[in-house]
Amino acid sequence: MAIEFRHVSKTFPDGTTAVEDFSLSIPSHETTVLVGSSGCGKTTLLRMINRMVDPSSGSILIDGEDISGIPPVGLRRRIGYVMQNSGLLPHRTVADNVATVPMLTGVPKRKAREDALALLDRVGLDRGLAKRYPAQLSGGQQQRVGVARGLAVDPNILLMDEPFGAVDPIVRDELQQELLRLQGSLGKTVVFVTHDIDEAFLLGNQVVILQRGGRVAQVGSPKEILANPANDFVADFIGAKRGKRRLTAEAGASGDEVLLVDAAGYAAGVITAPGGRLELATAGSSPKSRSVSNKTDQAGDA
Amino acid sequence: MDWVWSHAGDLWSLVLTHVGLSVPPIVLGFVISVPLGYWASRSAAARAVLLTLGNVLYTIPSLAFILLVPVVLGFALLDAKNVLVALTVYAIAIMVRSAADAFASVSASVRESAVAQGFSPAQRFLRVELPLAGPVLLAGVRVVSVSTVSLATIGSLAGIDSLGNLFTDGFQRDFAVEIITGIVLVLALAAVFDVVLSLVGRLLLPWSRRTGRGRVRRSAPAAASVSEQVA
Ligand SMILES: Nc1ncnc2c1ncn2[C@@H]1O[C@H](COP(=O)(O)OP(=O)(O)OP(=O)(O)O)[C@@H](O)[C@H]1O
Ligand SMILES: [Mg+2]
Repeated sequence: MAIEFRHVSKTFPDGTTAVEDFSLSIPSHETTVLVGSSGCGKTTLLRMINRMVDPSSGSILIDGEDISGIPPVGLRRRIGYVMQNSGLLPHRTVADNVATVPMLTGVPKRKAREDALALLDRVGLDRGLAKRYPAQLSGGQQQRVGVARGLAVDPNILLMDEPFGAVDPIVRDELQQELLRLQGSLGKTVVFVTHDIDEAFLLGNQVVILQRGGRVAQVGSPKEILANPANDFVADFIGAKRGKRRLTAEAGASGDEVLLVDAAGYAAGVITAPGGRLELATAGSSPKSRSVSNKTDQAGDA
Repeated sequence: MDWVWSHAGDLWSLVLTHVGLSVPPIVLGFVISVPLGYWASRSAAARAVLLTLGNVLYTIPSLAFILLVPVVLGFALLDAKNVLVALTVYAIAIMVRSAADAFASVSASVRESAVAQGFSPAQRFLRVELPLAGPVLLAGVRVVSVSTVSLATIGSLAGIDSLGNLFTDGFQRDFAVEIITGIVLVLALAAVFDVVLSLVGRLLLPWSRRTGRGRVRRSAPAAASVSEQVA
């Protein structure tokens, strides 16, 4: 389920050009993160994939098929969509919310309900919550239900628009880990939108840094972008310019620990270094071993 | 009180007549206002036209209206349909605004998420927007119900039987007991209608009670759009 944008532009009826000549290949079974500041066209790009927004020019292909010929309602039913404020139906219970789309596509009620309960397990929610209404859940729980609902029809493509943007940092951390775990076993084609560069680097196999008007500033793996920011905009955006990304090692309190300090003198974390010696990971290590991040909490975990 | 008991049969049949005169306008007013209100919530132009029209119709004095209907529609002068039509128009005049507010109160993110999940436009209306507009719609119907039950008494002035007969008759005979009985019966009938409607609401909108929060959140934008209309 690869997705391809070919010279896509979008000008809204009021004259706002949200996206101009955007081209991108989104590989299947991986997570691609679109990251950029507010108003740069992320949501517009995401919504073009399920035809909530149709491009003014250019085309979008899913597995080589131009989606402009696919009826939108049917297309949306086979693409999962998770949004920031969960968008759960307030008048339906948690279980019904998850079961809704399968039922629209003709899955019998009983089976849809059973599947919904299994999905709640899958996203780490207690089945006891199934009969509650969304307003009776915490923000983090609502987002988990949102993810379960997005997965309910077992879509090949999952679109996520700042799904963890409105929860507190600790819950966000949990949800991110949960998504990584899920994606590890599901291997969906995930397109994830965020304005948080740390989230982008954590979740993305491919990260797309966007400028206003959907202009691509850089595309690459987190490692590539961190190692070689394409231009000043990217360097600034990922914090390299302010020295946030360049960490210097200092001897820690105990001999076995190395303290990492950023350019501003802020202690970013420690690495345990047996015997005071840092072993460098050999090339080809997993991309998820980026344990040296600018975030204290993450570096502390490492 | 003796008068009441000795006329219990007549009073009961007047109550039934009154019910027959008020229920159709309430139901019709609702059924017609829902699509109009939906339209008004989607288009600013439709909203302006419909709500202005509603206001204008509502200012026509009710007795004049009832007497005008047979002239315009060609019904017989003493046809109960004259009152039914007039009451239905008043019901719509009140209800369209409530319905427009009700649909406007459905959160955009919920509507968008229904689109994103693959609800067709009809499914979205019936399964998402209509139920979510429910609490505000219900509040509107309750107002319409009370106002219709009380307004239907005007029919008696135009020669159409209703509980209003007790007012006209009591007035002519200068008989206070009859007038007071009429007032009590109208109030009681309005109260019964209101209780029935709120029970129907509980039955159809279980979520709005159980969550509690939903109701508060939904009434806020409705209030806002009313004040915006006033300004
Ligand atoms: N329906 C619309 N009509 C007119 N302009 C729109 C519409 N939707 C979005 N825009 C405009 O298009 C631009 C891009 O919007 P978009 O929602 O895609 O940004 P975003 O990157 O998702 O921003 P955010 O991070 O704030 O969600 C903005 O200037 C926005 O105002
Ligand atoms: Mg957005």
